[in-house]
Amino acid sequence: MSNPANTTERPSVTMSTRELASGTAEVSEEIAPSNVVFSLDDVSVYYNKFRAVRNVSFEIAKHEITALIGPSGCGKSTLLRSLNRMNDLIPGARVEGTVLYHGENIYDEEIDPVEVRRRIGMVFQKPNPFPKSIYDNVAFGPKLDGVKGSELEGMVEEALKGAALWDEVKNKLKESGHSLSGGQQQRLCIARAIAVQPEVVLMDEPCSALDPIATTRIEDLMQQIKNDYTIVIVTHNMQQAARISDRTAFFVTEVNNESDTRTGTLVEYGKTSQIFVDPHDKRTEDYISGRFG
Amino acid sequence: MTTTLTDIPAAPKSLKISDKRAQRRKFQNSLASIALSSAMVVACIPLILILFVVIQRGIAAFNLDLFIYEQRTFRATEEAGFAHGFVGTALIMALAIPMAVLVGISTAVYLVEYGRGTKLATAVRFVTDVMTGVPSIFVGLVVYAVVVRGTGLGLGFGTLAGAIAIALVMLPIVVRSCEEMLKLVPDSIRNASAGLGSRKWQTTTRVVLPASAPGLATGSMLAVARGAGETAPLLLTALGSLFTVTELVGRAQASLPQLIYQHARQPFPPGLERAWGGALALVIITLLFTILARTLGTKYNKIRAGM
Repeated sequence: MSNPANTTERPSVTMSTRELASGTAEVSEEIAPSNVVFSLDDVSVYYNKFRAVRNVSFEIAKHEITALIGPSGCGKSTLLRSLNRMNDLIPGARVEGTVLYHGENIYDEEIDPVEVRRRIGMVFQKPNPFPKSIYDNVAFGPKLDGVKGSELEGMVEEALKGAALWDEVKNKLKESGHSLSGGQQQRLCIARAIAVQPEVVLMDEPCSALDPIATTRIEDLMQQIKNDYTIVIVTHNMQQAARISDRTAFFVTEVNNESDTRTGTLVEYGKTSQIFVDPHDKRTEDYISGRFG
Repeated sequence: MTTTLTDIPAAPKSLKISDKRAQRRKFQNSLASIALSSAMVVACIPLILILFVVIQRGIAAFNLDLFIYEQRTFRATEEAGFAHGFVGTALIMALAIPMAVLVGISTAVYLVEYGRGTKLATAVRFVTDVMTGVPSIFVGLVVYAVVVRGTGLGLGFGTLAGAIAIALVMLPIVVRSCEEMLKLVPDSIRNASAGLGSRKWQTTTRVVLPASAPGLATGSMLAVARGAGETAPLLLTALGSLFTVTELVGRAQASLPQLIYQHARQPFPPGLERAWGGALALVIITLLFTILARTLGTKYNKIRAGM
């Protein structure tokens, strides 16, 4: 692990509950069936013959932040990308098992992956605004649906406000998205994602390229928007998972020495407070206390 | 180098270049700089010479007459020029550019966006590379056999046949240079677009092509500059003419390179002088296209960056 936060926090084995996402509503242990957004059953992801993730089953709840954590190479990003079929873009990638989104298997043959991605947006590790103006970046998604004129302007403004970026950019909407700072660019990417009005926003280590202040702003933003969106975030930073998420899924890498391959799998999934305070699995405890990874 | 570890003295006390090794390295460094700079100069000499001679000998005939009069005789010193050649080249290029650029950019988009790793893409790339190396007279022959002659399409000599030949010469250049430009577009923004629910063609038309537009323009202009000066493919397709021809099919067409070729082969000084003038005009046209490509690219970049 390259993340310094993990090494500095080594002494504390577990965290007090106060450090956890306490400002939010109490999270129930079980997810009510009506609140299940994703239901994964025995999901394995392959890159050609190589199995990157195996046998993952868990459920993701509506209007919560679900964090996927684990050491490098444990397949958490791969799994995240399988939730909106972004893996389809990688030649040779293949998903086995079922990923139910509101009860519908998104890997069914009749499913249109583009429609999946329209409902399930994505924010990437490195801010990746288009080489277009700030306005055009946010307008990109709505324009795909043929939105025009004042309605489009309204949607752009709303999305930028939603991403807490409006005040900073309202006077320079015509400037390039690349003229913004890294943190602003990432919020622009979030604005661009929510302008499509998705139900779910997947975030793949959205703060790993950002400084602590920008990170805090993104985290605050996630707390603000989680009432409107379901958020699934992959993070290397366990403190971040503890701070913002309602539930945490912990993955490990299993190394097969014979074939020299690494396969990620889910070890433990539960309320973030439980995972960080009272981990049931020894491997989870070792990881969050910094003993490996 | 036969020095061993023990030969290396302790770290020098001063940072000034004092010991022999450092001096030798410094010498080697300047030697390499000199060698590389002189290679550059050697490479530039023919280019500069060509430009110099073309300007020196062409400037006399580079006057209004060249542009407004048609060829009379090789010997004529008054009211004779290459007007028909300019018209012919303009018409041929006006037809050839859309053909080569549309097909070329489409092919490049296929190679980069759709055909990555497929056998068809490998085959297309191979054929394109071969086409780049095909002598242009051969392209002329092919067009002559397929388009001009009655056994083929039977269109006869003319603007269209010439344009097809020039387009074929330009095509591989457009494909390969545009392919390189499209490859420069980072995958991260393709993914961003896909993540927003764009279809592939939407990603291509709304993200990839705009992002690479300046590069595509530059790549196409390179091909235009090359095509405008091609002579061999035109000899068997446009054939040549003594008059201004505006028909696209059915009449042999003149062109600037062909007129230069024709006049340069004759022993009459006035005609030779006009050939130099035409050559200078051709160099200037090529230069203008290149400059235009660059300015368009920069201007577009500024618009994109949100001026």
